Amino acid sequence: MLAVDVEKRLGDFSLSARFKSDNGVTAVFGPSGAGKTTLTNTIAGLITPDRGQITFDQTVLFDSQTRINLPPYRRQIGYIFQEGRLFPHLNVRHNLDYGRRMRGLAADFSELERIIRLLDIGHLLERRPGKLSGGERQRVAIGRALLMRPRLLLLDEPLASLDVARKREILPYLERLRDEVGVPMVYVSHQAAELRRIATSVVRLEGGRVTTAGGIGVLDAADADAAW
Amino acid sequence: MLDLSPDEWIAIRLSLRIAIVATFVALPFGIAVGWLLARKSFWGKTLLDGLVHLPLVLPPVVTGYLLLISFGRRGPIGAFLADYFGIVFSFRWTGAALACGVMGFPLMVRPIRLAIESIDRRLEEAAATLGASRVWVFATVTLPLALPGLIAGVVLCFAKALGEFGATITFVANIPGETQTISAAIYTFTQVPSGDAAAGRLVLVAIAISLAALIAAEALSRRAGMRFHGE
Repeated sequence: MLAVDVEKRLGDFSLSARFKSDNGVTAVFGPSGAGKTTLTNTIAGLITPDRGQITFDQTVLFDSQTRINLPPYRRQIGYIFQEGRLFPHLNVRHNLDYGRRMRGLAADFSELERIIRLLDIGHLLERRPGKLSGGERQRVAIGRALLMRPRLLLLDEPLASLDVARKREILPYLERLRDEVGVPMVYVSHQAAELRRIATSVVRLEGGRVTTAGGIGVLDAADADAAW
Repeated sequence: MLDLSPDEWIAIRLSLRIAIVATFVALPFGIAVGWLLARKSFWGKTLLDGLVHLPLVLPPVVTGYLLLISFGRRGPIGAFLADYFGIVFSFRWTGAALACGVMGFPLMVRPIRLAIESIDRRLEEAAATLGASRVWVFATVTLPLALPGLIAGVVLCFAKALGEFGATITFVANIPGETQTISAAIYTFTQVPSGDAAAGRLVLVAIAISLAALIAAEALSRRAGMRFHGE
């Protein structure tokens, strides 16, 4: 279980978020500028909060009172960014292998096979990221994050930079991820339709504050607000 | 073909050795300073930046003289290194390499700094989330992505080291077989009535080496660039 209770000031913006999420897919939902990426960056350890605690299962990732702040590379949290962020100087195979090598894990070919099949990226292995389409790049980014064997997966608008056809291409993979891989996920998006397909619970973030949290019914309430 | 005399060969070999040693000893410092200037803000950064670039704007004779009084046998640094490590610079080829390295250093730091500044830091964040500590992020993401800049820096520094004259001759004089580089040898030949032919041969050699270095650098950086875009 992920428990977050953090405060962070960044210029005019302030994030003050508290929520808990069970295993499954927790959607962080809200308009742009709500602080969604700031929130995921604090969970990943890329931004240090001013105050608060972040714990995952038994591990304290951050605690301002006891001055615990695990660096990102020790948090074991996979992060799928909006723009993929594949390493341009490495081919797909080495991109996929990067996390395993950095974490010093033994090579696990059956796991590699499984992820490659899950994401249909077997034909891309020798290519460089520059030669991939947007959808292919995002699938490789998902595979790269999974192969570092994360205990939690953060997805920050993983479909936002893709056109409608590419979104349709990726969404089924994300559903398979939820149903077959079993790693808890925090899924950030401003699109209710996308979240309805993938999320099991929803945290609604507005202006840096959590306004509602609950089941996917929260999304319907948001639609009703938007209608007004 | 050029019919080079043994003395001319000695000057050529010495020049190459001095330029190569100067460049590769300077490289780790060049990377460190380039990284510091690109990434860190600290007290005295402007001063460091100025200090690094000083040899570029100072008269080379001044740089050579400063090296002489600090790294010479009676200079504070030179005496220390000679007494405790047995490293002697004055009137040795090592001194010529030091002078060439100092003169080439600003040319090396600049492209490295620019290359590091242009790296997308979000890639480094991605590497960190994948389990890479800061040192590993630097070794596996920052350095490879800065490679075209590193190559440019190495070539510029090498070219400068190969042609350096003023600081070298001021610091370690013009001793055949020890500190007489191609440039110094050409200068010597132009001072004697019968030296035109020898000077001309060495001029051709200098042009050939510089051109070869430029072509090699172009090919290398093209390959490095292709790694980011091609297969």
